[in-house]
Amino acid sequence: MDFLNAIVALSNFVLVPGIAYGSQLALGALGVTLIYGILRFSNFAHGDTMAFGTMSVILVMWLFQSWGISFGPLPTALLALPFGMLGCMALLLATDKMVYQFYRDQKAKPVILVIVSMGVMFVLNGLVRFIIGPGEQRFSDGERFIISARNFKELTGLQEGLAIKTTQGITVITAVIVVAALFWFLNRTRTGKSMRAYSDNEDLALLSGINPDRVVMVTWLIVAGLATIAGVLYGLDKSFKPFTYFQLLLPIFASAIVGGLGNPLGAIAGGFVIAFSEVFITYAWKKVLGYMMPESLEPSGLVQLLSTDYKFAVSFVILLIVLLFKPTGLFKGKAV
Amino acid sequence: MTGSMRTIAMFAVVAILIIGTGILQSWNSALLILNMGLISAVMALGVNLQWGFAGLFNVGVMGFVALGGLATVLVAMPPAPGAWAPGGAWRIIAALIMGAATIWATIMVHRRMAKGRARALVTLGLLVGGFIVYRMIFDGGVAFVESINPAASGNIGGLNPGGENYRDYGWMTLIAWPVGGLLAAGAAWIIGKTALGLRSDYLAIATLGIAEIILAVMKNEDWLARGVKNVIGLPRPVPYEVDLQNDPGFVERVQAWGGDPVTASSIYVKLEYAFLFAVVLVLILILAQLALNSPWGRMMRAIRDNEVAAEAMGKDVTARHLQIFILGSAVCGVAGAMMTTLDGQLVPTTYQPLRFTFLVWVMVIVGGSGNNLGAVLGGFIIWFFWVQVEPLGLLLMEVVTAPLSEGSALKSHLIDSAAHMRLFTMGLILLLVLRFSPRGLLPGK
Repeated sequence: MDFLNAIVALSNFVLVPGIAYGSQLALGALGVTLIYGILRFSNFAHGDTMAFGTMSVILVMWLFQSWGISFGPLPTALLALPFGMLGCMALLLATDKMVYQFYRDQKAKPVILVIVSMGVMFVLNGLVRFIIGPGEQRFSDGERFIISARNFKELTGLQEGLAIKTTQGITVITAVIVVAALFWFLNRTRTGKSMRAYSDNEDLALLSGINPDRVVMVTWLIVAGLATIAGVLYGLDKSFKPFTYFQLLLPIFASAIVGGLGNPLGAIAGGFVIAFSEVFITYAWKKVLGYMMPESLEPSGLVQLLSTDYKFAVSFVILLIVLLFKPTGLFKGKAV
Repeated sequence: MTGSMRTIAMFAVVAILIIGTGILQSWNSALLILNMGLISAVMALGVNLQWGFAGLFNVGVMGFVALGGLATVLVAMPPAPGAWAPGGAWRIIAALIMGAATIWATIMVHRRMAKGRARALVTLGLLVGGFIVYRMIFDGGVAFVESINPAASGNIGGLNPGGENYRDYGWMTLIAWPVGGLLAAGAAWIIGKTALGLRSDYLAIATLGIAEIILAVMKNEDWLARGVKNVIGLPRPVPYEVDLQNDPGFVERVQAWGGDPVTASSIYVKLEYAFLFAVVLVLILILAQLALNSPWGRMMRAIRDNEVAAEAMGKDVTARHLQIFILGSAVCGVAGAMMTTLDGQLVPTTYQPLRFTFLVWVMVIVGGSGNNLGAVLGGFIIWFFWVQVEPLGLLLMEVVTAPLSEGSALKSHLIDSAAHMRLFTMGLILLLVLRFSPRGLLPGK
């Protein structure tokens, strides 16, 4: 019984939140890694792109709510998601035309593009705060739990409850669908294959008649979609705040680099590595250990390795360890 | 010759902007802009050393600035009474030394032992065992220190010898400036040792991360500098306004000039700050100029322009990069200590990456990377706009929304949002400069 309780407590506080957070990071890191693979720079504006996409979704959602439309037990934001994605796509295509294309034509060094993306980051950050304000927005509606802790306890008779939030369920399901679709696109379709060819060897791809403008455009469209989905899922699960999204840049980059920049599979693995190490190291293990150990050995403290405020430090240390021992990431990424 | 004419003209524009603020708004706000402009210029010089001289992409400026601020508290505040009793601060220091020794031992083991399972086990054992022992020593010390008068203190305090009368030892803050530089240099050494051999993007992410970690430590380790409870009432190297107003000699002189003693005292204090900051800025600027034109500076530029060729000529690129990374970060640390001195308080929550990292980058790029005078100019101009965009944005919004009816939701939203024009404008300036004048206002040679 104690053993079961320990497993349930572990799932409730570590596994379920870890899987949800990992999926969100993976989707964010996929966007970063695609831009790195095809446009060949680290996009510092990615966190703010996510914020912009989420903001468009929230605005459309408010419109729907004012019309009285809802999605039953699911959050209304999911209905608004396609429209928000369109808004974000329009924005990214516009920034590419107005900003990035000039430097691409000039064949500017990657680090210049990084600085340019810093400028875009400022503009987007200002834009988002300007439109929706810097405050916190909670926009999750509908049913709160798939299974609540109390129902679980009544159902199983265990001391520990297992709560799964609707948003966590949605996050995992959406992430699986999106990743499957993305890999199908990259591996099976003509456009996807030309994108991979362009990422592997630009000159050869150009020689074989691949249209670079089209590849770049499709990349931005996909990135806009991924960023919006990642942003909305994170926002549904926690809450939307422009500054938090800007700060997500660090774990997202850590995920992409740990997995190997430019490698989509690596981005997903990296997302889960970072998410689980953050949750594992900042979780207070007292409860789980209490069930697992004989009474005489029960820990007196919280057995928390680091306080939750240091979660950035965790992703950073993992990043450093990987960089020092395997500089191209867990899966082989590219080095420009 | 045209280059130096351009420089003079640009700095004249800055002078006109600041003097114009003095005439149109008030001399107090003009001096405030000048003082922060001086500090921003020092920060921009530090980043320009790294980026303009060596092409190192450091986006952790905020962390080094914050470390400078921490140094001010650790040097200029008096030691907290009781905290240095046995089992308190000394225990924390012992724990920190022990932690550092553990890491050092692990590195040594990793280097000396042959690769294999034995090495992995010893490394892991050392790290886990070291961490447990470290927490056992550390936690007790922290609990002891933080329990002493937590409402007003609860930290270890600093080195100020004055005790109760610590405000009389204002010159301690001046000592804190170089100490801030040393602290930042130490952090830069650790980062540089691990991340400098890697690619430029990785250095960027590493510095971004370390800045967040430094901030997290400053917010959460209450024993160090009270965390988010803030440290207020730092001593200052200049007289207090109240003392000046009560000084008959000062009041007499001001009234002889026909001025108001209250305004005059605050202007006098700000002028003294401006003088101190200007001395530091000029000192660092001269050193940076000398360095740029020395053989060392030429070598740096050679490395920046072609690392492979420089390496083929026998230059140790990684070591030189480490050197300049440490120097640039130290300059940012000094600027951070100066800023905390000017504020008179340490508030960790005010350190925002957009304001302290990316804004400094805008200064360097706009001013002209690779040119020290350009960085200084960028520091002044961008700081001026950073301060003035808000009232200008508000004015613009009021004009734009004038046709809208009073009390309309859109109008109040637009006017409330005017404050966020800042970030937008800074991004726009950066993008425009990069596009149309990529070498900045004062291009380097």
